[in-house]
Amino acid sequence: MAGIAPGAVDRDNPFKRNGLTSAGWVLLAAYLLYSFNTMGVSWERFSNGLGFADRLLERMFPPNFSRSELLLGGLVESLEIAIISTVIGIGLSLFLGLFAARNLMPLWVSAPVRSLIALCRTFHPVIVAILFVKSVGFGALAGILTLIVASIGFIAKLFAEAIEEVSLKQVEAIRATGAGFVSVILFSVMPQVLSRFIGFSTYQLDSNLRNSTMVGIVGAGGLGGTLFSAFQRFDYDFVAAILITIIALIMFGEFLSNVVRRVFR
Amino acid sequence: MTAIDHHWQRFTLPQKLSRYAVYLCVLLALLVSLRTVEVIPEFFYDAPAQMADLFRRMWPIDFAYYPMTVQGAMIETLNIATIGTLLTLPLAMPLALMNASNVVASPWVHWIARFFLVSSRSVNSLVWALLFVAIFGPGVISGVLAIAFRSVGFVGKLLGEAIEEVNMGAIEALRATGASWMSVLLKGYWPQVMPAFFSIVLFRWDINVRESAVLGLVGAGGIGVVLNDAMNLFEWQRVSMALLAIFVVVIVAEILVVNIRKRLI
Repeated sequence: MAGIAPGAVDRDNPFKRNGLTSAGWVLLAAYLLYSFNTMGVSWERFSNGLGFADRLLERMFPPNFSRSELLLGGLVESLEIAIISTVIGIGLSLFLGLFAARNLMPLWVSAPVRSLIALCRTFHPVIVAILFVKSVGFGALAGILTLIVASIGFIAKLFAEAIEEVSLKQVEAIRATGAGFVSVILFSVMPQVLSRFIGFSTYQLDSNLRNSTMVGIVGAGGLGGTLFSAFQRFDYDFVAAILITIIALIMFGEFLSNVVRRVFR
Repeated sequence: MTAIDHHWQRFTLPQKLSRYAVYLCVLLALLVSLRTVEVIPEFFYDAPAQMADLFRRMWPIDFAYYPMTVQGAMIETLNIATIGTLLTLPLAMPLALMNASNVVASPWVHWIARFFLVSSRSVNSLVWALLFVAIFGPGVISGVLAIAFRSVGFVGKLLGEAIEEVNMGAIEALRATGASWMSVLLKGYWPQVMPAFFSIVLFRWDINVRESAVLGLVGAGGIGVVLNDAMNLFEWQRVSMALLAIFVVVIVAEILVVNIRKRLI
């Protein structure tokens, strides 16, 4: 069976309780009680909310597709943001991932690149989008820059990890022929990681498509901006139409990334 | 004697053609997007100067602001993330069981479960938050529900996949003893799924800490409210304080999750 060394089992009490774990559970329970109390949930507020939910749904249906020009404009902008940022983000990640791989680069190169990648990952895309909107103004450019940052944080990290797992035999074989550094990368490292890199990239296209519909909420272009202004004007039937469009767009994106993955398998 | 064709090809002709078709499509999509996207070139050239200006205004960080509002809001953010993650579980577990083909055989049930899981994932947490703010009003409750509804898709999908990988021998043995379905779930499936379960929940909690930090931008409580207020007042030194707090909490949460996971699994 799975890795149970015969000597390590306590015969008298095989299900001995771990004191630390029990204490952890008690702490978790106490924390939950406390945080529920601070949240201020009351039954009254909840039942009021259900009434509002009923009215909201009533106003959302049927969805109103009459302002299709606005809807399509936002949709196209979201698509453009997703495509541009994915291509640029992937291109940059290809280099950053190489520079971050610890088995190819000396520490003084890989460490700073790694921290740059980690920094790209720590902040939620919306926060990055806010900063870009404040510095480059409203519109698609802020969205593109945001999603480039998000793509680098994700792909470059996974790509660097994939490179660190390559088999060194092929690298040595190419080195033994007297190949230079670029040839070593192109002919021994790349063939081993390219298929995984394409997997990450299609995933990122998918995820950029999702996020491109969201960055608009803070003014960075795309369908999210249309959604947010419809919310603020209480046009809930238009909101429903936008939500349906977003779900359709994301299903289309999933279909697209499946096709690409099948081609490159 | 037949001549042996020594010319080796890695891919067949259709494979090659479909690959080139994908490259071509990506290139075309990129070109079309670059031509039609509405980016104002002046803003683009101006971007580095504007960014530098923004960061200059953020410095020095206003630490006096921390005890006033940031601390309370940060605790609220953590509460939203934790309660939201826990609220996800009762919603996600039935869906995961319904989605696993070795628990429920009916394709109808699968279809229903998949519908809920996909729609939960397609709608971004900010959009969920907008909906719940419209229903329950601004505050922590909307944030918790947004996090919970957003996480259902992720947790349900991964948990369903973990359940499908269970070794069916133990399940069959239990069934042969005439155990009820509840006992089969508790004694057959649960011990095998438990490590995956904890790792999925911890992973999602880590994501939720990041996500709950931005929910306040649409009024759903937490540090996002503080960030939004400070930005609307152009108090950039306070903005940088809030950003620093988010950064530290996200890093600490990640370290915590890595260590707990090591201990549990």
